[in-house]
Amino acid sequence: MRLTIYDSRIMKKLGVFICHCGVNIAGTVDVKSVAGKVGSVGDVAHSTDYIYMCSEPGQQLIREAVREKGLEGVVVACCSPSMHENTFRKAVKSEGMNPYLCEIANIREQCSWVHQKEKEKATEKAEEIILATLEKVRENEKLEAISVSINRSVLVIGGGIAGMTAALDLAEGGYEVILLEKEQALGGHMTQLSRTFPDLHPALPDLLTKALEIEKHPGIDLHCYSEMEDVKGYVGNFELTIRKKATHVDWEKCNECGLCIRDCPVEYVSQFERGLGVRKAIDLLYPQSVPHKPVIHRSHCRYFIDGSCRRCEEVCPEKAIRFEQEDERIGKKVGAIVVATGFELYPRERLGEYGYGEIPDVIDGLALERMLSVDGPTKGRIIRPSDGKVPKEMVFIQCVASRDPDRYMPYCSRICCMYTAKQAKIYKEQVPDGQPYIFYMDIRSDGKGYEEFLQKTIEEKGLLYLRGRVSRVFQDDGKVRVLGVDTLTGRMVEVAADMVVLATAVVPSDGVKDLAAKLRATVDRHGFWTEAHIKLYPVESSTKGIYLAGCGQSPKDISDTVSQASATASKIQALLSTDKLLQDPLIAFVDENICSGCGICVEICPYEAREMDSQRGISVVHSALCQGCGACIAACPNFACELRNNSSIQTLRMLDTFVTAGARE
Amino acid sequence: MNKMDATFLEEAKKRSGEDLSLCYQCLKCTAGCPTAPIMDIRPNNIIRMIQMGMKQEVLGSSAIWLCVSCETCGTRCPNKIDIGVLMDALREMAIDEGIHAKEKNIHLLHEAFIDSIRRGGRVHEATMLIDYKLRSKDFLTDLVPGMMLFMKGKIPLLPSLVKGRGEIKRIFERCKK
Repeated sequence: MRLTIYDSRIMKKLGVFICHCGVNIAGTVDVKSVAGKVGSVGDVAHSTDYIYMCSEPGQQLIREAVREKGLEGVVVACCSPSMHENTFRKAVKSEGMNPYLCEIANIREQCSWVHQKEKEKATEKAEEIILATLEKVRENEKLEAISVSINRSVLVIGGGIAGMTAALDLAEGGYEVILLEKEQALGGHMTQLSRTFPDLHPALPDLLTKALEIEKHPGIDLHCYSEMEDVKGYVGNFELTIRKKATHVDWEKCNECGLCIRDCPVEYVSQFERGLGVRKAIDLLYPQSVPHKPVIHRSHCRYFIDGSCRRCEEVCPEKAIRFEQEDERIGKKVGAIVVATGFELYPRERLGEYGYGEIPDVIDGLALERMLSVDGPTKGRIIRPSDGKVPKEMVFIQCVASRDPDRYMPYCSRICCMYTAKQAKIYKEQVPDGQPYIFYMDIRSDGKGYEEFLQKTIEEKGLLYLRGRVSRVFQDDGKVRVLGVDTLTGRMVEVAADMVVLATAVVPSDGVKDLAAKLRATVDRHGFWTEAHIKLYPVESSTKGIYLAGCGQSPKDISDTVSQASATASKIQALLSTDKLLQDPLIAFVDENICSGCGICVEICPYEAREMDSQRGISVVHSALCQGCGACIAACPNFACELRNNSSIQTLRMLDTFVTAGARE
Repeated sequence: MNKMDATFLEEAKKRSGEDLSLCYQCLKCTAGCPTAPIMDIRPNNIIRMIQMGMKQEVLGSSAIWLCVSCETCGTRCPNKIDIGVLMDALREMAIDEGIHAKEKNIHLLHEAFIDSIRRGGRVHEATMLIDYKLRSKDFLTDLVPGMMLFMKGKIPLLPSLVKGRGEIKRIFERCKK
């Protein structure tokens, strides 16, 4: 089928610039011959080749040709547009040409690299790719970047060390920050840690310094015990609904006297203490918690269960107890969002191995951290949960539910090697006549000073590392027997241990999938946030305006988390440094005469960029939200949707070029 | 099945003065060891078995006697463990424990060698070899190369004695203590 529309084409003066890319292209494609053939096409006013078109002299060639020959469209035949499209668009723009009249013909990744052994065919293909791209340029419109006004405040989701760091950095930079934490206090998992590797500094003092700074910072609007209910909008203009869960305590009135906690008759097993301690139905998260305000936990409070107790209300000198308080919803507007949702350890109920959950003296690494904390359930002493005795033989098992693609998580949890060494070291300091055994697969100690820390610990503390996985853990005569193998000697090993510590896998926090759906950002199959590019855009999510920090993106230690959070904060500062945001105009548009208002596009759009204009009975495009994915174009039954500079006519003409060329052979 | 016992590791550390906990099993020692191919337990495994408390297996091995103390391992070890020195310590420990050397003749050669030095302050090959042959009752091995060395004057008949033989004697007496 020939397209009749061909004849109505407006002739332009076009330029073609073919890059050798050293030998990457020229080693396979005969660039000189391609330049000659393309140059003979009627409307091509200029055709040339050069060794590196992206270099300054190469760009100079393009600029000169645009200026001197008055080119109205440019095709640069080179590498992928993801590499240098921007470079060449800027080059033509500097000569007053509309940048969207410059297109890339990819003859490297899609031609020379994949056809290295077929030079003649590769040369023909390169020529066809360029001819097809010329067809596209002929129909390209002059477009202007879409300017969007932006809100210069930031939402940080998660008040762990990642979110706290990002929030502080941003607030110090002069931006208003809304910090959201689902627990009643700041700090995340770091509040549960005793001392941290490799310097063995106590975790809490460092953390509390930051937490207090955040609490007092005029630029940070802190919302603890709060969750994200809904997000609308797009980069620069997000509209949030935050749900502040009822604390049943008027935090404004509370004078932090602690009488309510003292007198509360209900004690229940504390998740914070990993099941090793108890807490009250009205309590702080931890003794020094910031904010230092209590919360009534409805599912445990007798007032909420059967109305039988109002003790806290009776003792409160400030009359701050609010049994009738309900969840509150508040609306906020921000320009960017940091997702710092953190991690959990692999859940006990899903493990079903190593006697975890059945044998009381088998605990996980975080539980041992609670034991090692001076304000923890054992006041810093390592004792067997079953009988309170000091364990003399202590087994640590690494890679529990990590690096096991068949049954658990395929990835390395990254923190376990180091924290296990640290815990074994502290154990040995506390119990000098005790023997720690560490079952491992590989030791990974890649951070600054980590290998040195590990070797020093092994040297000084006489830790026995056993290379191999544990086959069985069972209770026997008051001991926990651990069967395994030492693959370095090839011998079976049996340890009659007093206690076993499992370095369980790091997994994403609960609820990230729901949050990802609300934010329209993506998580991988394990639930870790997906970055825009693993190497080049590691703190940007797949959705514009949403940034990542901490273990929610992948398991990492505190040093890496803080670095990443600061990186995220500076990226956002760059984004919000102007009042207006320029967006690519290569988005969908609607031919109002054809659109029947069926609304299929509204349903199919993954970015909520399509909306019905009920007055006119047609569908419209929200230009700031549209990402130009093309889903609506494929779905529209009337062909009323098109993508700017990627129209059906352009696509058909490009295809036509390839098909005609194929028919010629 | 083996219950681990750290006392052997501590003893071996003390006797050799080497920090055996540092070994991370890179196998550099074994890779360069000229006698590793004929050893029953390779040098890296010797260290591992010490860490695992496998005393009988280590002290009863032929490997500790086959080591020629060329020091290649110790020179190359990234953790500065001198395995040559360790092997010496293990041989001493084996003798102290009354564990019969698996390579009996090597032990006898060591004894003949030391006795020769005790006598003259310097090795006298002829008497040392006769002493060794009498101890080992192995008269035929290496007889031909021995004769050839003798013909070339490499095994002198008369011993060359050092001046400070009294001092040598005192050294031996002090070592006994």
